[in-house]
Formats: sequence, C-alpha cells, structure tokens
Amino acid sequence: MNTHIIELPITSSKLEELKHGDKILLSGVIYTARDKAHKRIVESLNRGLELGIPWKDTAIFYCGPSPVRPGKICGAIGPTTSTRMDSYTPILLEAGLKIIIGKGEIGDDVSRALKQHGAIYLTCPGGVSAALARCIVSCETFLWGNLGAEAVYRMTVKDLPCFVSSLPSE
Amino acid sequence: MRIIPADLIQKEIVKAIGEITYRADEKLLDVLRENYSLDQDTAGNEILGMILANNEIAPMDQIPICQDTGTTVVFAELGKDVMIQGATLKEIIDAAVREAYQKYGLRASMLSDPLYQRKNTKDNTPAILHLSQTDDDALRLTVAQKGGGAENMSFLSMMYPSASASEIIEYVVQGVLKAGAKACPPLIVGIGIGGNFETCALLAKSALFEPTGRKNPDPEYASLEHSILEQINQMGCGVQGMGGNLTAVAVHVKHAPCHIASLPVAVNLQCHVHRHKTIEL
Repeated sequence: MNTHIIELPITSSKLEELKHGDKILLSGVIYTARDKAHKRIVESLNRGLELGIPWKDTAIFYCGPSPVRPGKICGAIGPTTSTRMDSYTPILLEAGLKIIIGKGEIGDDVSRALKQHGAIYLTCPGGVSAALARCIVSCETFLWGNLGAEAVYRMTVKDLPCFVSSLPSE
Repeated sequence: MRIIPADLIQKEIVKAIGEITYRADEKLLDVLRENYSLDQDTAGNEILGMILANNEIAPMDQIPICQDTGTTVVFAELGKDVMIQGATLKEIIDAAVREAYQKYGLRASMLSDPLYQRKNTKDNTPAILHLSQTDDDALRLTVAQKGGGAENMSFLSMMYPSASASEIIEYVVQGVLKAGAKACPPLIVGIGIGGNFETCALLAKSALFEPTGRKNPDPEYASLEHSILEQINQMGCGVQGMGGNLTAVAVHVKHAPCHIASLPVAVNLQCHVHRHKTIEL
C-alpha cells in the first residue's frame, strides 16, 4: 500500500501521483459540513454570497463531531455517509473545491463532477473517532454554531488518515 | 411486590451509557483481534488495527468511540412482581439520556420532527423504549446507542410464503452488499423472520443484542445463520468496504409465529461500533 503525506493546499503534481486505494496522511486546514450545512452552503452560493471558505485550498469533511468537553481540543471525529451530500457536491466543486472526505461510495453524477473539476474523493475510516480526534490540532466553529454537530467547523488536522477512493483519471 | 425507585433506575442507565460510549462489544472486538495481522499491508487490515486502537484510546482520552453517539434504544423486561416508583419507565429513561448526554458530552442527534422542521431537541431525547413483561421480580434493561449509518442501510421485505430459505439468504446477502461501506462494516447482522410488519423489525433489532456470535438454539436457524454469514463474507466487501473477507462478524436470526399469508423478513444492520449493556435491578 502506497502512503502519501499531503499538506494542504494540494498541488496538481501531487494529485497526479495518487492511485486508487492509496493511503493519505492529510495535514492542513479543512472544514466540516454535513446535511444541513450543505443545504445552507448551496443556498448561499446560489445567492452569490461569499462564505470565506477557501474552496481551492481546502477539503470538505462530511463530519458532525460530538461536542468539545472542557480541556479538550475537539470531540469525537469521524465521517458520515457521503451519498447524502451527493445532490449538493457538484455545486461545491463548481466553487473550486478539490477534495471531499467522507464514508462509503459516491453516486455516478458526483464521480463525473469530480472528474470534470479535477477533484478527488477520499474515504476516512468510520467508527474510529477517538483515534481520529488525536489528529486534530485545532477546532473552531466557523459557520452556523446553532446547528450543533451540523455546523461548519474549521479544523487544523495533522496526518488525518484517508484512502483515495475516486480520482479524476478514473 | 418489589419496589424500585425511579432515581435508582436513572442512575444505572446513566452509568451504562457512560460505559458503552467508550468501548464496543468485547466479543466483537475478540473477532476483530483474531482477524488482525501484524504483517499484512492492506487498507482493510490497517483499518482493523485502527478500530482496535480506537477502543483503547477512547476510555483513555475520554472521547467517544464514534462521533455518532446514536439514538438511545432500550429493551426493558419488567417482572410482573415489580413496581417502579416515582415516574414511568419512559420518563426515567429520557431523564437518564438528558443527564448522560450532558455529563459525557455526547452528540445530540435527535430531531423533534422528521420531515418539516427537523429541529434538534438538543439533549438526544426522546429515547426509544421497547417494553415487555416477565414472570419474575426483576427489571432488566438493555441499553444501546444505535448510530444512523448502519440503521439507514437496514431493510425489510414482506415475502410470500413460497419463498425458500435460499431466497431469504440471497435477499440478506444482496442487501448487505448494497449497504457496503455506508453501514461501517464489519457488521453484526440482526434478522427477524415471521411475526408481522412491525414485529419482524423488532425481532431484527433485538437479535443484534444476542451475545455476539452465539449459535441459534434451533438447528435449522443455526444453519441459516451460518450460511448467511459465510456468503456475506465471500462477497469481498471487507472492513469499511476496503476488500477482504471480514464484512460481518456475526449473524443472529430471531423468528416468531406468523400469518398463513405472510413471511416477513427484516434485516437490521449494526456497525462495528456495537454499543450495548444489559443491567439487572
């Protein structure tokens, strides 16, 4: 199994090195978004609003963390099922997003959209949330804090383990 | 008549929720350990190692084993000679969930309305209670955290009585294959056969909480469980859909009498984050 150490933003030459099933240790700033946040992001983008997410340089992690307890950096961290976000994803890719991280297969429409935009889909193991929490360097509420787990969180991650699941070249 | 005060029951449920938050079913972990290899360089094996490590890290770091701390599901067996004093069992369980989710910092995932408002209740209530009666003076509670991913991939069919055992096997195996990585394998597969529309689903759910890997006491159903498990693990899905022959750890079937026109089959999937504890008062 090939392992790549990737620092965000990802370069196009690094992207070309990746093969299906490769392991990635991802570091840098990423943003979480699951069902409700996606709905709001897409509504905002459609209205031409800037949300302050640097789409080209980051990754969207389909994740709804558990609350942060006193003295901790973050709560439990892990991916949710990607297909639930399928109807929104092409619009985020249109905005410039290059990396999505989730769990399970993605739909054919999203695979085509990834290819069209030169973007990749990474899967992150589910149900290893305490282990993944150790990869989180910082975590702050970025948008819509009242949504709780469904808010957008801005996270700095160090060596977050992921696997290449869909590539533009496929 | 034995009297059990509400606050004692609440205290025990809060404690149970705390325990299952940080560690999965031990028998499931035993099977994962048996399948983990130190010198195998595959994604599935690597993730297996991460799952085992996660169950060690969680209690140490006091971080839940999964961020989806679930719907709280309780199966209660209430002895005929027991009286619960101070509140209804449902009120006690909801009070325990409210307390535990605050105390341990667990994720509130319950919505008050499923379709229009989808507003979070913020304390993970209401819990789901299944109550039955027994012929003794004990109160037994099986407390579980059931995540949404595997639950979403569960399925049910009102089959015709003409369906054979091999058609049921095919139905279950194809359903598990379709669920793929979305259900977070390795799985426990709970199957309910018989009853009616709602009881077969309930049988499937309660089958999940049978001792992991136990053999069905009925030899025909034991053989059915064995065949389903074997075929699921031949489909190549593997740990988190990464390939390999460990897609399910156990298959448990529960069956019940049914109508002459019916053969209901329900399949409830449980991810490897199998969180449950039975307490007896």
